[in-house]
Amino acid sequence: MTQIFVYVTHVAGVADDIASEYITAAKKIDPAATVTAVVTGSGADLDKVADSLTSKYAEVIKIGNEALAYPNAEVVRKALCNVLDKSAVVLAPHNTFGMDMCPGLSIKMDSAFAADAVDFEGVADGKLKLVRQELGGAVSTHVACDISNGAVITIRPGAFAPIDAAAGGKVTDKSGEAGDLTAKRRFLEVVQAEVGDVDITKSDVLVSVGRGIQEQENIEIAQELAEAMGAVVSCSRPIVDAKWLEKSRQVGTSGKTVKPKVYMAMGISGSFQHMGGVKGNPYIVAVNKNPKAPIFQVADVGIVTDILEFMPALTEAIKEM
Amino acid sequence: MSPLIGPANFNFFGFFPAAILSVLIPVVGVALFTYIMARRIAPLVRAAPDNRFDNIPERLKNLFFVWLAQIRQPRYMVAGVLHIVIFAGFLVLSIRSTSLVIIGISSDFVLPGFDGVIGDIYNFFKDYAATGVLIACIIAAVRRGVVRPARYDVPAKYGKDHTAEAVFVLGVISTLMISESLFEATELAAEMQHTGHAEFIAPLSLVWIFRGMVSGFAQSTLQGLHIVMYYIHDLTFFFFLCFLPMGKHFHVITSIFNVFFMRVKKGNIKPVVHGVSEDELDNLESLGVKKLEDFTWKHMLDFYSCADCGRCSDQCPANAVGRPLSPRFITIKARDLIFRNYPIKSGAIYKSKMLVEDIYSEDEIWSCTTCGACEQECPLGIEYIDKMVDLRRGMVDEGMVPQTLQKPLKALEKRGNPYGIMEKKRADWSTDKEFAAECSVKVLEKGETADTLFFVDSITSFDDNIKTIAQNTAKILTRAGVDFGILGKAEKDSGNEVLRFGEEMLFQDLKSQNTEAILESEVKQIVTADPHAYNALKNDYKDLPPVKHVSQVITEKIKSGALALKAAQEPESVYVYHDPCYLGRHNGVYEDPREALDAIKNLNRVELEKSRDRSFCCGGGGLMLFYEPEEETRMGVLRVQMAAEAGATVIVTACPFCLVNIQDAIKVAGKEGEMRAIDFTELIVQHMA
Amino acid sequence: MEILVCVKRVPDTAENEFQLNSAGNDLDRDDLVYSVNEWDNYAVEEAIQIVDKVGGNVTVVTVGDSESEEVLRREMAMGANNGILLSDDAFEGSDGKGIATILKGEVLKGKYDLILTGAQADAAAGQVGGMLAAMLDLPYASLVNKIEVESDTTIKVGREIEGGNQEMNEVDLPCVLSIQTGINEPRYVGIRGIRKVAQVEIPVKDAAALGIDPSSVGDAGAKVKRVDYFVPELGAGAEMLEGSTDEIIAQLIERIKSKGGLA
Repeated sequence: MTQIFVYVTHVAGVADDIASEYITAAKKIDPAATVTAVVTGSGADLDKVADSLTSKYAEVIKIGNEALAYPNAEVVRKALCNVLDKSAVVLAPHNTFGMDMCPGLSIKMDSAFAADAVDFEGVADGKLKLVRQELGGAVSTHVACDISNGAVITIRPGAFAPIDAAAGGKVTDKSGEAGDLTAKRRFLEVVQAEVGDVDITKSDVLVSVGRGIQEQENIEIAQELAEAMGAVVSCSRPIVDAKWLEKSRQVGTSGKTVKPKVYMAMGISGSFQHMGGVKGNPYIVAVNKNPKAPIFQVADVGIVTDILEFMPALTEAIKEM
Repeated sequence: MSPLIGPANFNFFGFFPAAILSVLIPVVGVALFTYIMARRIAPLVRAAPDNRFDNIPERLKNLFFVWLAQIRQPRYMVAGVLHIVIFAGFLVLSIRSTSLVIIGISSDFVLPGFDGVIGDIYNFFKDYAATGVLIACIIAAVRRGVVRPARYDVPAKYGKDHTAEAVFVLGVISTLMISESLFEATELAAEMQHTGHAEFIAPLSLVWIFRGMVSGFAQSTLQGLHIVMYYIHDLTFFFFLCFLPMGKHFHVITSIFNVFFMRVKKGNIKPVVHGVSEDELDNLESLGVKKLEDFTWKHMLDFYSCADCGRCSDQCPANAVGRPLSPRFITIKARDLIFRNYPIKSGAIYKSKMLVEDIYSEDEIWSCTTCGACEQECPLGIEYIDKMVDLRRGMVDEGMVPQTLQKPLKALEKRGNPYGIMEKKRADWSTDKEFAAECSVKVLEKGETADTLFFVDSITSFDDNIKTIAQNTAKILTRAGVDFGILGKAEKDSGNEVLRFGEEMLFQDLKSQNTEAILESEVKQIVTADPHAYNALKNDYKDLPPVKHVSQVITEKIKSGALALKAAQEPESVYVYHDPCYLGRHNGVYEDPREALDAIKNLNRVELEKSRDRSFCCGGGGLMLFYEPEEETRMGVLRVQMAAEAGATVIVTACPFCLVNIQDAIKVAGKEGEMRAIDFTELIVQHMA
Repeated sequence: MEILVCVKRVPDTAENEFQLNSAGNDLDRDDLVYSVNEWDNYAVEEAIQIVDKVGGNVTVVTVGDSESEEVLRREMAMGANNGILLSDDAFEGSDGKGIATILKGEVLKGKYDLILTGAQADAAAGQVGGMLAAMLDLPYASLVNKIEVESDTTIKVGREIEGGNQEMNEVDLPCVLSIQTGINEPRYVGIRGIRKVAQVEIPVKDAAALGIDPSSVGDAGAKVKRVDYFVPELGAGAEMLEGSTDEIIAQLIERIKSKGGLA
């Protein structure tokens, strides 16, 4: 039976979606595993998130300390290292925090490390078989990870279906075991991205508009959809040429290369030059009036309709969710 | 004989011999001029070498047509005609001006041979010349000062307006004309008063008019005017001489040299350093133009020679679409820098900084599509493409290459094409099922041979949209009975833009790989449908079999009867042929594609206003597709608008890059449905009987 | 400042269309072209820019076979002062920890104030920098998109975090940073630049020279092993959604959700 700790990231006392996705991931590792959620932080937010997790997990460990108020990877690592059983499997999200903390954690716990798992295929002979991608998503691989002495594994957010298991668990406060939390790296502040200075290459979802948008005023329609989806608006070259959007928003061989998870191609014909900028095998949604638009060849799902009618309808539907 | 005393014998205030002035002014003037010229020549001496003493017959021809006959001037009719009048006037009056200087010392001096009828005839023409120059100057001054054609404007970022200098010089020239004519008119008037009869002079000329005006003056007044006019002329003349090298009027002196040394070959790019072979390039400390003195002496002479007429920038497509490039200011900024770094007064020489940063911006230098419109237009034979390439060589050597260009360059290095697609897929267009059923294409490897090599090049091999040009070319060659094959994976990018984007070593690499593959194939001629490949193979490669563009082969085969075309499929469509820069301007192929189109019966073809050597670039080919400068609109869009104005519904191109750019531009211009672009080969295939 | 930049020779993702070999257990490597990992290129550029400002040396190091020398030369053509190749048959098959162990051997031989890696390489794990830092007990920051040298003992670094925001930290020196793309604009290196450094001596160090126990690295020491490669199935053309707008939208939302595009 595998012991699995899942490290739940949270913002202002609300657990990230990964909390529900871990349950699926853990089941795929070992259906019989005991899964314990771990949260770090301080004050009321920590208590709030820990309590909320009892609905999903039988056991929730919380580690509170002023030094953990902002998730500084070095400090969190120290705390986890002191609290967690080193022979267990620790799961964390493969995001900017997980990437920052987990490789070092695996060294400090002297356990195996695997990054960005998108699927698990069970444990055999002490080796966990997992699926991950390489080379910008061009190929997938099966990886055997020896978990007999514990492992730290980051999982891709969104790759595992969220499950809302009803657990009714309890919170264990292990703040006292956190140990010395002084760090050689000190968090200063978060500088918010400037408005109008959006980096489309970093967004997981892009609402990308092409000439089908027809007029500058209609960019607003795409913007509304993007906001509803938590996405960013990008575009094809003609839109930049028309100066409807800044150059920094352009996708293509001569623009930015993007690697989103979902690419909403709205009124984009899908030229060679444009699609050259779409990498990482995203899920491509194509909406175009022209059923023969080449975008439908490369898209995963296609809809033949006018984006100017479709986008507002989609925005409404998402808002109502 | 004249009753007036000439400057040689005149005494000011009755005792001071004017002849002293007559000697002093030229001596000081010439000395000053010599010093100034020495300072101006100083940077040329420190400049990079340039081999400009070859092709003498061609250079003499240029000297005759471009310099003496001013054939490029009337391309801008009003300014051109005005210039021809002033230029011709200057030529005629240079004789008079020389003899006038000597008259100041010896009153009776007449140039040898000018004492008889020749002298009379000369005087007759020179009077009209002076008159013509004055009139031209007045009109020119009104144009510059009042009418102000837009092309003379100086955008704020490029410095201050040049109108004042232009008008000032026109004033100086007018002063010369008026003083010379009055000097002569006073003498003739006095003579008329003395003898009682008027000597014949050119009617309605300046002298003729002035003589009439002063004929009633007292002799003493005439005497005074006569002397004053002489010295006004003398002073102005030498002032003008020394003023010329201070600005845009330097061309009065340098143009003859600049035209003699101008580019005689087209389509090629200068070697990195004249006299340094390709194998020795690795030994160079630095590559390309980074500092002022890295320019060749001819390129510096270009900077001196610019007359600021603005024709280059008026024709420049980059300038037209608002890219940060105006060829005129490439020259003017460099000339100002020379003047700054080699000041006349102090005699110091200041160290030049990195040009790109100091006077140019990176975007400015990358903005050029090397279309050649500027060079085609320049009445003085000033070059731009080689300078752009030299500056880019310097930037590449310093690692200053835009990120969007680094990827395709690296792909070219590793895969031989800018897309980074595997070499083995280069011939995939020929095995495409539908096409292969209709037409088979030999790959010249493993002993397979052919008479003709079809050099496909990268975009035509790999771009899904453009592959049809390869397939159509193959169909045409097959139909015309040409025994041809392709190199397949052994073919690399021709490197036309690699060279022009300044990546010299990568170009050398591509060139040697292609050269080896082509020579190994033992073909007798090369055909390509890509004018960029055509240009590179023809002008940048050496020792290859003859190279033809497919339009030349088609026209040849139509004439020989090997290729028959049927009547127009769409007689209602209006076709217009767009000259690709690398087919037309750089290689002079204007007629072949037109003849082939006209061989299609009932095909309704119109001409663009900007056609042949004034064709307007589509936006550039090769690596230009990967570079996006700031611009207000796209060149292709302007081109599409021009075609619309010409009443065309179909734009026929003969270049894969033109097709890509114009097809895109039709969409951007919102003319889909009204207009379409088609490659020349496609049209021919549609009409093969 | 003495800076060590760890680089890797990887198949060039921009130039390759990856195919599996006939056995299906590895990439078809015959037609692959390799170059320096893109992120590492930014790291080297950053190192050069820091040294240009505050002085010092940039050393590039890689673990690999003799072919990896090519990437060291490319980075030296960019402006790195020294190159070191860590090569030993025993290194083959190393997992991330193995590579970090080998690099640690070299770090301990030198005296570096700053160690940079790319944020990730071909395997997209982003692990070596963090592991190396932990092994050396040095502070670490990943996904760094800004570096300001404050003093001899501390630097200020920006990390790229979700939403395009930037997390600022103060980090004690020496430290290890993994560099994110976009931190600078790496300079171009042409064939000529590489030829210029073609003759520069690049020392090669093996396990013994680094004082590494061969059984702790390579295949022998790896706890994480790649079993095979496979290409996920790709459908031919898009699945076309039809029906009323409401139906289409319902189907679409469901699909986007399953792909992680909607919360």
